[in-house]
Amino acid sequence: MIPLTWYLVLAAALFCIGLYGVLARRNAIGLLMGIELMLNAANINLLAFERYVAPNSLVGQAFVVFNITVAAAEAAVGLALIIAIYRSRDTVAVEDIDLLRG
Amino acid sequence: MEGLFNLTWLIPVFPLVAFATIVLYVRRWKNISSYLAVGAIALSFVVSQIVFWMAISTPHLAEAPFHSVIRWMNTGQTLLQMGVMVDPLTAVMLFMVPLVCTMIFVYAIGYMHGDPRYSRFFAYICLFASGMLGLVVADNLLMLFMFWEVMGLCSYLLIGFWFEKPSAMKAGLKAFLTTRVGDAFFLMGLVLLYGQTGSLAFDKVLSPATLQTLANTMLTVPFFGAVPAATVIALLIFGGTVGKSAQFPLHIWLPDAMEGPTPVSALIHAATMVSAGVYLVVRMFPLFHAVPHGSAPEVVTFIGAFTALFASTIAVAQNDIKKVLAYSTISQLGYMVMALGLGAYVAGAFHLITHAFFKALLFMGSGSVIVGAHHEQDMMEMGGLRSRMKITFWTYIVGTLALAGIPPLAGFWSKDEILADAFGHGHILAWAVGSAAAFLTAFYMGRQIFLVFFGKPRSHHAEHAKETPKTMVYPLIVLAFFAALLGFVGVPEDFPVLGHLLGNPFHAFVGEAYAPGHVNWLVMGLSILLASGGLGLGYLLYGRTPLVAGQPDPLARLGPVYKLLKNKYYCDEIYHLIFIRPVTWLGDVMAVVDKNGLDWVVNTVGRSTAAFGTALWRFVDVPIIDGAVNLVGRSGDVFSRLWGWFDNAIIDGAVNAVGAATSWLGRELRSMQTGRVQNYLLIASVNVVVLVLLYMLL
Repeated sequence: MIPLTWYLVLAAALFCIGLYGVLARRNAIGLLMGIELMLNAANINLLAFERYVAPNSLVGQAFVVFNITVAAAEAAVGLALIIAIYRSRDTVAVEDIDLLRG
Repeated sequence: MEGLFNLTWLIPVFPLVAFATIVLYVRRWKNISSYLAVGAIALSFVVSQIVFWMAISTPHLAEAPFHSVIRWMNTGQTLLQMGVMVDPLTAVMLFMVPLVCTMIFVYAIGYMHGDPRYSRFFAYICLFASGMLGLVVADNLLMLFMFWEVMGLCSYLLIGFWFEKPSAMKAGLKAFLTTRVGDAFFLMGLVLLYGQTGSLAFDKVLSPATLQTLANTMLTVPFFGAVPAATVIALLIFGGTVGKSAQFPLHIWLPDAMEGPTPVSALIHAATMVSAGVYLVVRMFPLFHAVPHGSAPEVVTFIGAFTALFASTIAVAQNDIKKVLAYSTISQLGYMVMALGLGAYVAGAFHLITHAFFKALLFMGSGSVIVGAHHEQDMMEMGGLRSRMKITFWTYIVGTLALAGIPPLAGFWSKDEILADAFGHGHILAWAVGSAAAFLTAFYMGRQIFLVFFGKPRSHHAEHAKETPKTMVYPLIVLAFFAALLGFVGVPEDFPVLGHLLGNPFHAFVGEAYAPGHVNWLVMGLSILLASGGLGLGYLLYGRTPLVAGQPDPLARLGPVYKLLKNKYYCDEIYHLIFIRPVTWLGDVMAVVDKNGLDWVVNTVGRSTAAFGTALWRFVDVPIIDGAVNLVGRSGDVFSRLWGWFDNAIIDGAVNAVGAATSWLGRELRSMQTGRVQNYLLIASVNVVVLVLLYMLL
């Protein structure tokens, strides 16, 4: 059986890729995709811990279902925001969106 | 099923909510306002019907009425409570009031059409209906008094509804002030009652033990000596009735109240508000009769009988269609009051209910005539409306016959019960007065019918009259139905055939505790004879040879008597002379005193003060006080120079330093705010890493 550590390493790798995407991509849509990756890394963690630490509890699965729902909602809102920004500023490059600059 | 009684408190709430909604939100949309008002009263009607039928089907409701209270407020050691009570009397009032109100509301849609203050009118009548319904379901005298005053307010607002007319404005004021005289007595009665018993709830106040105590407690009244407390309280409360139900000598406001819109006349001055006064006496009936052979019932009987005859004589000589009905209302209310004074509890309550139906019908019929005849109110200018306004005519006939007491319509049974009770109790005088009033009632109603509907039109307006819209006519039909048939619920049990068949349900329900009335053939025969005689006399004078335009009233042949009646026994003029003139005279005298006497005093005081001031200035101010003031001024100057240096150098320096430091920090930190999401995220991530590292190391 695959040890728990492998799953955790996979999740950590996925999370780092997502974080890199969020920090480095210029395109706002890429940024959103990075966030999705990070959320899914968390999901893998939740499922792995459920399976190895507290089997038969279903708590982890329930959390994951919630996470997926929230992620979907977040993606919908995020995309809507990006479209709105594109309409008003003609760009989705995140470094150009700096209205809050001090 | 008992649980349905718990809906009772909702009955006054619906119109109240409608009132608030109309006033606050939907005032601008006229149709919505009127539909809301009608919807609210219809809901009240439905709930009232549920409660009424529940009450009918509950055995022995009179001994154990439904009663529910909530705590209201703690005042010192006593707890005031609010609550609703349903006993048979409340139940029959709940049958009558919302039904009549609903009809009047529907009628008002047609009557008030096109009025600039349409929404406001519906808001007011909603508030009014709420007051009346609250009064009926109230379980204590304090709540009753509050709703009573709500109605007083609404009556003022509605009578003066067309306040552009000075006469309407004055009529509203007159109604308000006149009823206020009665209400002051009522309030005194409540205070005295509360002082004696410590409670105002009906079940406590009207319990046999309390009544016994009240009857045995003697109070010293100026000019009268020792009088039982029950009598004093009953008569003070009766003062409220005299005002509200327009009994002599406070009857003068009701005829003037006809300045209001006709639905208001029907609602307030026929069906509901004026009957609230009678309802109060019915409700407090045991208190009035607490003292055996006491003087309270005597006074009540006297006032009622006198008013019944007095008002019906005035009604004979009036020409305004609504004024005739107004005096007729006063007279009929006198009938009820007389009945209650005689101890005829059931008869009084019965007449209260039937009268509400046929008088509302007559008022709304007269409103229909007024609208149909282009706002003509003078009966001398009408005539021949029979063929022009068919439905109005037939419903009006039903109302007239009911009021005149022609069998088998409602008014016959209730009026006859009163007369039979009066005769049976040996009050021959009351019976004679009542019969005379019944004759006059039939006569002036016959006069009205023949003047308005028969003969030839006597004016341009009457000639072009046409039937009014459906919303005005249908309520007439509904009310005519009740005016015709409602009497059958109170047929005496020993009346041949009908009595056995129907079994007098009204008496069985409302008057369990009281002996049933009996048929008195002499009284009944005589009253039928008088009623048809009155109508017949009306026909002889006005019907056989109809009046033509410009012809004087045949009654004018009576000379000075006619003049006296036409001027309402000069009541208004006498009151003006006795009450208003002296008050204004006193005011004038006071003004003269003010101008000459008081002004002199004020001037003298002013002048001597000025002289004293000058002396003070010359001898005290200049030499002594000025020196002291100058010394203080100079030392102040020196001190303030020192203080100024300290202020500039030290305090300002500190403030400036704080300001400069803040703006430097702001400049430095500003570069952190790039406005880019990724920068913030980077900072957050780096910090997380730093925190994790710290956690691992420590």
